[in-house]
Formats: sequence, structure tokens, C-alpha cells
Amino acid sequence: MRDAPLISVNNITKEFPTPEGPHLVLDGVSIEVRDGEVLALLGKSGSGKSTLLRAIAGLSLPTSGDVTASGNRVVGPNPSTAMVFQTFALLPWLTVQENIEIGLEAQGVARDEREKRARSAIDVIGLDGFEDAYPRELSGGMRQRVGFARALVTEPDVLLMDEPFSALDVLTAENLRSELIELISSDQFVIKSVVIVTHNIEEAVTLADRIAVLGSNPGRIKASFDVNIARPRLRTSPQFQFYIDRVYKILTQSPTEEDAALAARSESEHQNGLGHALPMATTDGIAGFADIMLAEGDRSIAHLADDLNLEVDDIFPLIEALALLAFADVADGRVALTDAGGEFAAATLQSAKELFRSAALANVALISMILTSLERSPKRSMRGGYFLDLLRHHYGTKESEGQLDTAIDWGRYAELFEYDDNRDELTLPKPDLA
Amino acid sequence: MLADIAIAAAVFIVLFAVVALIDSADVPLPPSNDAKISDNPASLPYYAVRSMLRMMIALGLAYAFALIFGFWAARNRKAEQLMVPALDILQSVPVLGFLSITVTGFLALFPGSELGLEAASIFAIFTAMAWNITFSMYASSRSMSSEFDEMSRLFRLTGWLRFWRLDVPNATIGLVWNGMMSMAGAWFFLTASEDISVDGNNYAIPGVGAFAGEAIDDGNWTNISWAILTMIIMIVLTNVLLWRPLVAWSEKFRNEQSSTGTPQKSFVLTLIRRARWPARLGAVRRRIADWLVRHTGFLGSDARPVDRVVTKRGRVWDVIFWIVVTVFLVAGVANLYVYVSDGQGPTAFVEPIWLAFLTMLRVVVVIVLSTLIWVPVAIKIGMSPRAAKIAQPIVQICASFPVNFLYPIVVTVFVAWDISMNWGAILLMMLGAQWYILFNTIAGAQAIPTDLREAMQDMRIGGWMWWRKFALPAVFGTYVTGGVTAAGGAWNASIVAEKVSFGTTILVAAGIGSYIAEATIEGNNRQVLLGVVVMSIFVVAFNRIFWRRMYALAERKYSL
Repeated sequence: MRDAPLISVNNITKEFPTPEGPHLVLDGVSIEVRDGEVLALLGKSGSGKSTLLRAIAGLSLPTSGDVTASGNRVVGPNPSTAMVFQTFALLPWLTVQENIEIGLEAQGVARDEREKRARSAIDVIGLDGFEDAYPRELSGGMRQRVGFARALVTEPDVLLMDEPFSALDVLTAENLRSELIELISSDQFVIKSVVIVTHNIEEAVTLADRIAVLGSNPGRIKASFDVNIARPRLRTSPQFQFYIDRVYKILTQSPTEEDAALAARSESEHQNGLGHALPMATTDGIAGFADIMLAEGDRSIAHLADDLNLEVDDIFPLIEALALLAFADVADGRVALTDAGGEFAAATLQSAKELFRSAALANVALISMILTSLERSPKRSMRGGYFLDLLRHHYGTKESEGQLDTAIDWGRYAELFEYDDNRDELTLPKPDLA
Repeated sequence: MLADIAIAAAVFIVLFAVVALIDSADVPLPPSNDAKISDNPASLPYYAVRSMLRMMIALGLAYAFALIFGFWAARNRKAEQLMVPALDILQSVPVLGFLSITVTGFLALFPGSELGLEAASIFAIFTAMAWNITFSMYASSRSMSSEFDEMSRLFRLTGWLRFWRLDVPNATIGLVWNGMMSMAGAWFFLTASEDISVDGNNYAIPGVGAFAGEAIDDGNWTNISWAILTMIIMIVLTNVLLWRPLVAWSEKFRNEQSSTGTPQKSFVLTLIRRARWPARLGAVRRRIADWLVRHTGFLGSDARPVDRVVTKRGRVWDVIFWIVVTVFLVAGVANLYVYVSDGQGPTAFVEPIWLAFLTMLRVVVVIVLSTLIWVPVAIKIGMSPRAAKIAQPIVQICASFPVNFLYPIVVTVFVAWDISMNWGAILLMMLGAQWYILFNTIAGAQAIPTDLREAMQDMRIGGWMWWRKFALPAVFGTYVTGGVTAAGGAWNASIVAEKVSFGTTILVAAGIGSYIAEATIEGNNRQVLLGVVVMSIFVVAFNRIFWRRMYALAERKYSL
């Protein structure tokens, strides 16, 4: 720890241009990658964790601030790193061996040397016998092993991993994780540090020496702490649960607690009628989750996620949706249904729709804004593009589409308005049917 | 839109420059040489080889062009802005109409030899094939998964490695398919370009097209039949020996996590794979490849940040660039206008525009008739795996076959029954164009998921409702692709279909095609250019106004 950091990220911001002006993805992020550590970057979707990883890799340059590797400013792909990709990024027309060799080939390493090093990486990773196979012949787990070997064989200082297990099934992911832990602690492992991006809290606590939790919209570091549990780490140990709970608490801190500036911003959004960002939850998901909550009572989110086998990206939109609709209270890593929420969960299909309708009208600014606009329009219909333009002043293009899609989904379910996709037209429901 | 018009203007100015250059060079045309073409069917095998050689050279050039320029357009923003709309326009320029001008140009380049005619023919075939192959290369490189791109940059592949390990393999399937489709269309241009009249002189180069051309001029039915037979054999052989193996081989470049669909088979490929010599060649190839990788570092490396910041200086250069381009375009268009209007002012355009309108009506009739006849047939064929297996290769041969060989037969019928060529031309245009609709719609019907078909059966949906709610919407997407190709083919065919001769009989229909064809025979370059420009504008407008909307509709509503 007393050594100079391998990589430092110094107060970077990252904006992506959109037609309506720049969209802020990372806001004032600073972090160091220390020698000999496994660092986990943990966050919900939209927290810019992948963007941060790509800034470290030198694949994407920050808008302001800088990244340095061993004191040198990173201005292009960072030669002291190698990356393991989420969907493997193996070239389907090359064999396992050729895929592993490609980084060495680019460095101009001679064929004999290349083959020797690739074979030793294949040996370490446990890919023997698959050298001449093509990626399509391999299972997902085997493919990601090739991804590991390809990164290891170039012997980088820092191994970067972008959600390396999220495209695998649960059992395979578990197996690869334990192999990774074994590998990191073995003598054959020449790589100094590992940075892993994940939205899986257990994964972070299992693997990492240090966890940095990122907040969303825009991405920034909410907290960073060491994980002081001896290895091997047991999931059932109280220490393990302590860290899991700690992460959930950080993630459920409400925006006002966090940052006054952010609160002011969301206040101004309220004034222009858009309100809080809608969580990307389907009405079925919301209703189903409310049903489960009704049976569970007041629960810690960590336990709930564990029981339901849901990851952060799955469970948080649901919790946020319930909270936004005032169907649930969230505090301190725990969630409980409100009275209205209990009523919603217990109701029949038709009355649940009615409860949802009044909750949406009272609490979801975007939906009530759409409804007011429709009522005021002389034709009682408006184009979706109009609302998309409004949203684009506050969100990126893709996110705006997500917001409008969610609002339309909710509004249709609540029978507040109808939408014709072919004509991109929002209309009030026909009176004879309502 | 403005950019598209600017690019179109640029393309026309380039054509104009070529015409102006040839006019000013004022080279005397060599005398006719078509007497050299034999009328003995025994020379057909030799002619077939000569034609095939031309085709292969043009195909090779088209691929080289596509790889280089497609890659470049995908990697360079400025190249992309210029080339993508340019390719779109070039696809719409009737190559055949321009043949007389390129022939004159190439004859001047190679005085006193037949190389000029060879070059002109190869160039005509090249222009018929290159644009859509290039577009496919560009589209593949542009749509490459971002993880591949990041991988390449992070592992710092050299430009050479990146090109051969990522972009080319990634584009291979598309390149092979587009090559096959382009070649199917190109037989027509091959045969048409082997026998051509400019300014009263007839030029021919040894080839099946020239042989057929002579036979048609002489009204020699036996030789016409031999030429047709030779052509069919050539098309079948290229499919069996070239395209089937290539398509089967290209399967290994499929970027899918799991292998699905029916594997493409080719016994020729199996034979090659079983042979020993490829393995020996492989070792040599590897050594050469290694050497090339190590010695091409000067071509640059892929280690670049993704989002390069646009600097102020860059913007200044942008402005200067566009000012220069604008000045060039305005001056060019003004010159072009003065040249083609020939002192008559805007009235010079009235005749070609009216004629292009007539031809457009014919194209519309061709599309409507082909649709009414072939879409129901195609749906029935496509839904029966057995029928599709038999029909697909036959349709492919029909689509490849240069229909100008068949014109004499049809023309004889027209004369006998006294049918006006103004209507007859529609049939001639349709002879070639209809197959694209049939071919693509069969493919669409084959792709309909079985569970959808079973659901329709299960709910006892039949009769008109089955067509209206299920079959027709389900094939709409691929039908549109076929329709665009068919319309393009019909426009191009109008140049040979609106003015047909057989022996001493000459039939002419009023249209932009015959306008260009007559200008070619007279050697009137001004009129050729005017006709080509007007036709291109019609084709582009037709595509933009009609087909592009159909595409959008297909993608939004009817994608399965």
C-alpha cells in the first residue's frame, strides 16, 4: 500500500454528446488501483462503471481530469492493462489458440515464442485439449476461460474485467469465480492487480480486497472501503453478511441524503414537469414484487435479493418503482410496503389498476404531465416524439427512449392513455370504452 | 438531403468530366471489327472461357475495390460522408447507358489493339458489381460488435492485423453473398458489353455475348440456341464450382454464439478439404502471413482512443473543405447544364423527362405484375421445403440468365401478332426483373417460424384471411428487398429492351432507354449523358420516395 498506485484516476468527468447537448456519465471520479489488490467497481446500471473501466483501459478518454499509469498520462489504449469482456469478444473464425495468441502477434512476438506462451496460459487456465477448437464449439464457461487466457498471456500489470460472469449461468459463473480466486492466490499469477466491474454484490464481496460503490445519474463514487475478511470467504459468515448489508445501505441512501446539489437539480426537474427518472420496471414486475412484499413484511433488501436470487439491476428498479408510487418505504437498506402498497398488492386485477392509476397520477410527474398535455391538446392526441424531445433535454437519447417507453407502459396499464406505435401517437382512451 | 443532392451532383460532374475529356481528345474511332467473330458453334467453348475470364477479372477488381474503400469508409468519417451517398447514387446510374462513352475512352487509351474493348467490357462488369459489395464491406465493418473493436485496440493490433483478422473475416459472409448476387446480375452486362455499336461502328470481342449478338443480327436460330445452352452451362458451373463452395466455406465466419440453421453443403468444398495439397500450402501461407504481419507496422496501429475530440483547427479545415467542395459543385453543375442543354435552355430537359416518365410507368407495371404473379407462388413454394429445394436453384439460374438472348424469340412473336413495342417492352423488362421478387419472397416464406404456421392452422385460419393477416405480412420484408432489386434491374434493362433488333427487324418503344440506346448508336455523347443523368435522378427519386418508405415500414411493423 505504501507503493505508488499502478493507475490513478484523477477527478475525471465524462460526457457523451447528444443532439441536445452533452450528457454527463461520470462526474468527478477519483480512484487509485493499488499494487497487489483486487478492486471491485460496483454499481447499478447507469452508474458509469463500465465507462470508468474503459477510461482506465484508455479505450475512452475523459472529458476532463486524467488517468495516469505509473505516472504517465493515458492518452490511448493502456499497454499495462488487458481486458476480459462481458460477452467474451472472441473472434469466431480463429481457434482457441489463435485467439489467445492475437495480442502477442500484434506485439510482433515470433511464432515459436507465441505458441509456447499461449500453451502455458492454456495449461494454467485448464483449456488443454481445446487448442484447436473454434469458439462456437465451446460452452460459455469455456469461452470465458479463453478470454482470461488471452488477457493473461500478454502479462499486463492490471487485469481489467467487465462483468466477466454476467453472461454465464449461475453454476458456471460460480465455478469460474472460484477458479479465479484460486488463480489470483497462486504463485503462477504474475499480474499485480485486478479491477472487476460488477453489479453483483456477493461477487464483489467474495472477490475484492476493496469495493468502490458508484452512484447513478451521473456516475460518481459514493463510498470506497476495504473488505477485511480472511480467505476463503464463507458466504454464511457474519462478516460476509456485514459487508453485503453495508453495500445495500450505501445503495439505498436517498438522493437528498447524498448530495444537496443533486437534490436541487431534481427540484428543478420537478418544476419543468419531468420529476424523478422513472425506474425501468414493468408493471408486471411491480405487481409481482408487491405480492411478494405483502407476504414478507419489512425486510432487508440484501436478504430479499438473496432469497429471490435477484441481482442489483433486477431488484433496485422494482424497489424504486414501489417507492416512487408511494407503495413502499425504503430506508437504511430495508424496504416495507406502505398501507397503499399493501392495498395494491392485495387487490384484484381491476382494482389494482385503479390504485395504480391514482398512485401514478399523484406521484409520477412524467405521466401526469403527458395526461395534462393530452387533455389540453385540441385533438386530444399527441406525438410521442414531442415528449421524447422534452426528455432529451435531461437525459441521453437512449435513456429518454427508455423513460418514454416506461411511461407509456405504465400509462397503458393504468388505462390513462393509449399509444399507436405505427403512428407514434398518444391518445386519451375512447370514452365509450373507459 | 442537401448532402445527397451534392453527392449526386458530384457523381454527374465526374461522368461529365469523362465525356468532356473524350470529346476534347477527339480520337478517331477504329473501324468495325465484328467480322472477326466466328459463327461456328465449335468456337463457343473458347468464347465461354474468354467471357468467364473477363467476369473473373472484374469480380477480382470489384472485391479489391470493396475491401479497400469499404474499410476506409468505415474507418474515416470524411470518407464515410462522401462515399456512402456516392455508392447509393452510383448504384442507380445505368451502367449500360454509359458503355459507349467508356468504350471510346478505353479505345483511345489502347490505340490499335483490342485491349481497349476488353478494358471497357471489364469496366462495365466491374461497375455492375462493385457498389453493393463495397457497401456490404462498409456495413459489416460499421456494425462490428464494439467489444471486438475494443479488444483490437486494447491488444494494440496493427492496422494490417486488424484488417485481416477482424474486418475482412467479419465481412466475409456478406461479401460472398453480395458477390454471388452481383455476379448473377452481371452476366447481362458481360454479354451486352461484348458486342456494341458506337457512332455507326460495331465492335465485338471474343465471347458468348458477341457470338449471340452476331447470331441475333443474322437471325440465326441455331446459333442463338447454342449460345443459350452455353450460357446456362456457364451459370450452373460457376454456381457449383465457385459460389456453393464459397458459401459453405464462409459459414465458419458466422458470428453466432450457437450454431443454428441448416448447414450449407458443397461437395466441391468437401473434395478440396480432403485433398492434401491445401495443408502443404497452408504452411507456406502461414510463413508469408507472419512475415507480412511483422513488416506492415508502417500501416499504423489500432491503438487509438475511441472518441477523438474535434479540435478547433479540425473545424476550420472542415469549413474550408466544404467551401472548396461547394465551389467545385456549383461550377461543375453550371458547366454540365451548359453542355447538356446545348443552347436550348430548360426545354432541352422536357423530352428526356417525359420519356423517363414513360419508362417509369413501365417499371411500375413490371413490379405490379411480377408481384401479382409471383408472390403467391413464392409463398407456396417457400412453405414447402421440398418445392423450395427444387425451385431455388432454378430461380437463381433464371435470375442470372442474360435475357437479352431471349429477345429475338419474343420479338418474333410481337411482329407476328402485331403487338406494339410500347407494351412489348414491358414484357422484355419483366423477363429479367421478375426473378428477384420470386427469389427473395421464397426466402422470406422459408424463414417464417414453424410455430407461427402451426398457430394459424390451429386456429383454422384459411382462405383470404390467411393471406392477408399472415402470409403476406410475413414475407413483406424480403419482398421489399426483391422489389428494389427488380426495379433497379428493370430500369437498367430498359436500355436494351426499349430498342430491339432481330435480323433486319428493329422495334422501338418511346422511353428513356431507347433515347439512350439511339444516342449511343449515333455517337451523340451529349444526349447519352443527358439521358443517363435524367434516368439516374428518376431511379434515385423512385428509391427515396417509394422503396425507402417500404423498407422503413417493413422494419418497423413486419419484421419477424
